[in-house]
Amino acid sequence: MIFPSRDFKVLSGFSSDLEARGVLCSPEPGTPQGRAMLTFMASDSEEEVCDERTSLMSAESPPPRCCQEARQGLEDGENAAQWRSQDSEEDLDDADRYVCSGVPGQPLGLEEELTLKYGAKHVIMLFVPVTLCMIVVVATIKSVRFYTEKNGQLPYGAGREQSLQPAISLSIYTPFTEDTPSVGQRLLNSVLNTLIMISVIVAMTIFLVVLYKYRCYKFIHGWLIMSSLMLLFLFTYIYLGEVLKTYNVAMDYPTLFLTVWNFGAVGMVCIHWKGPLVLQQAYLIMISALMALVFIKYLPEWSAWVILGAISVYDLVAVLCPKGPLRMLVETAQERNEPIFPALIYSSAMVWTVGMAKLDPSSQGALQLPYDPEMEEDSYDSFGEPSYPEVFEPPLPGSPEGELEEEEERGVKLGLGDFIFYSVLVGKAAATGSGDWNTTLACFVAILIGLCLTLLLLAVFKKALPALPISITFGLIFYFSTDNLVRPFMDTLASHQLYI
Amino acid sequence: MTAAVFFGCAFIAFGPALALYIFTIATEPLRVIFLIIGAFFWLVSLLFSSLFWFMARTITDNKDGPIQKYLLILGVLVSVLIQEMFRFMYYKLLKKASEGLKSINPDETAPSMRLLAYVSGLGFGIMSGVFAFVNTLSDSLGPGTVGIHGDSPQFFLNSAFMTLVIILLHVFWGIIFFDGCEKKKWSALLVVLLTHLLVSALTFISPHYGINLVSTYIIMVLMGIWAFFVAGGSCRSLKFCLLCQDKDFLLFNQRSR
Repeated sequence: MIFPSRDFKVLSGFSSDLEARGVLCSPEPGTPQGRAMLTFMASDSEEEVCDERTSLMSAESPPPRCCQEARQGLEDGENAAQWRSQDSEEDLDDADRYVCSGVPGQPLGLEEELTLKYGAKHVIMLFVPVTLCMIVVVATIKSVRFYTEKNGQLPYGAGREQSLQPAISLSIYTPFTEDTPSVGQRLLNSVLNTLIMISVIVAMTIFLVVLYKYRCYKFIHGWLIMSSLMLLFLFTYIYLGEVLKTYNVAMDYPTLFLTVWNFGAVGMVCIHWKGPLVLQQAYLIMISALMALVFIKYLPEWSAWVILGAISVYDLVAVLCPKGPLRMLVETAQERNEPIFPALIYSSAMVWTVGMAKLDPSSQGALQLPYDPEMEEDSYDSFGEPSYPEVFEPPLPGSPEGELEEEEERGVKLGLGDFIFYSVLVGKAAATGSGDWNTTLACFVAILIGLCLTLLLLAVFKKALPALPISITFGLIFYFSTDNLVRPFMDTLASHQLYI
Repeated sequence: MTAAVFFGCAFIAFGPALALYIFTIATEPLRVIFLIIGAFFWLVSLLFSSLFWFMARTITDNKDGPIQKYLLILGVLVSVLIQEMFRFMYYKLLKKASEGLKSINPDETAPSMRLLAYVSGLGFGIMSGVFAFVNTLSDSLGPGTVGIHGDSPQFFLNSAFMTLVIILLHVFWGIIFFDGCEKKKWSALLVVLLTHLLVSALTFISPHYGINLVSTYIIMVLMGIWAFFVAGGSCRSLKFCLLCQDKDFLLFNQRSR
């Protein structure tokens, strides 16, 4: 699921009255649900904002003045930041609320500049992690044989027991074998597998929504912690084992234990508590890649493709239909005015501390390392603060003086389910495309374009949107067409050394 | 074969493109997006060309013999046509997009059409080069002896240089093409199409690498010079640039003092 943590407007003529507020809901990787949703929802703190805003300028004020005031406001960089710090972490980017709201048809200058700049930058901020995740998955698939071997050909060695566990757990979800003689039977089996998988996912999501509705936060957090424990320790151990086997590197158990323990412990701390943003992002990318590798290995071939298709349809339905579970989740969170499940969402937001011109000229335009408490506040807001009330602490200890102001960069958040399924698609293209790199690259470009379009739609519609459908559709189309049409053509050209 | 050939050929083929990307495109998010969209357009054009070739092959029932070679040649020529068509469509899309951006925000400097021409050319070029060469590259990493059956042992080198020249040509073609569209000089479009056809046709004489490569490089240099002048360069500005006397360099020096 993809959503902005702030207003994410590209090419919007004038701000609507709805503020953007990021909200998340992403299934944890331990359960084989991975669907994505873009959420973008209206905030309730609009009323208070109105008062402040009207004190600055009225909605009917003529454009030049309001643009100028907006410019002022933005250069000082405060008022927005100031009461944003009092309010919830997910408070709106009021900076652009200042600008000429409700004056349609007038050139908006500064706001547009900012939103356009931010728009393209945030697209890239999502391209990079998605690309990195795909690179990790494709590199592993191409080099480590383990992930492309089918279950019946497990390699000898100690990895056998551990690697059987995910096999067993996943084969519960896909009980119908694909080793059938006829094509029709195989297709039927994969459709049945998909139905089972999707119904499991739907059931899990509804369970999650019910838990959330009845405020069983401890249970949810326990669940999330258990699944990230499994990913960070068990799957990392298996992965490391297979990589070492592939490259024939010996590692003794004490070193292995130390490595895996450190990796896992730091990962748990970064994801569920506080840590540098870059490290959190890196860990989230790694666990998405690990999960995607598990899916690639243990889902039967045709079932995987049908599941990918079905899950994008489900994502579309769950996020956009009024009765969809994800939409209900979002609305519940909105009513309670709190973020949902801060864990397992990738956030591209950055935090700057901007010094005010009057008081602190030395840090003007600072892009330096932000003041730690603020950064941690922001990062754990995004990522999984166990107890919700703490999320709303004012992040600035010195805010009464207004000396250092926090200006949170508008960011976009993408659910980890998205990463996982994008990587599954590209990984499968790499695994089954008969060693063909063209298919992999075509799927990669298709997914990036889909993501671009989705972000554009997000900016246009300003509401929760599913991130899977467009990208997965493009990816599937390009996979099948490149594998069957382009590959023979390019192979023939290459063998005759012709260039087009 | 093995790592030396792999890295050597990879850097020959993709080095300049990578450098161009890092120095001119990677810093600006909007340019990266336009690059990827350009790559996507090339990909779609390839899809249509493959579809055409596939259909032509099924119509002739996959008979072996000279007809396959003719079909391939036809496929290549049609593919070039489709690529240029998609370049035109990308131009139209960019035109609409930049008009949209300008109307919403006249102050903000949206990327100019010239810059977009360069970016789109690079996108086309990178995608084209990658699709042509990546499979060959990955094969070069493994063991083997090139030319053991009498083929040329310079297979990889030749492919690498050819890929490089195609990438650069796409950049120059992009610039010339978009400029021709902007100024409604349809002759420029025709020349781009014809040179593209010529370059592809030259590869038909593939065992004779010498003629093939040299003539393609000559065409590339000519296109480069044309693109340079089309993009607003002049002999004077080139002289200043080479003698480090251009405005940017001077201003930069003053600032650092």
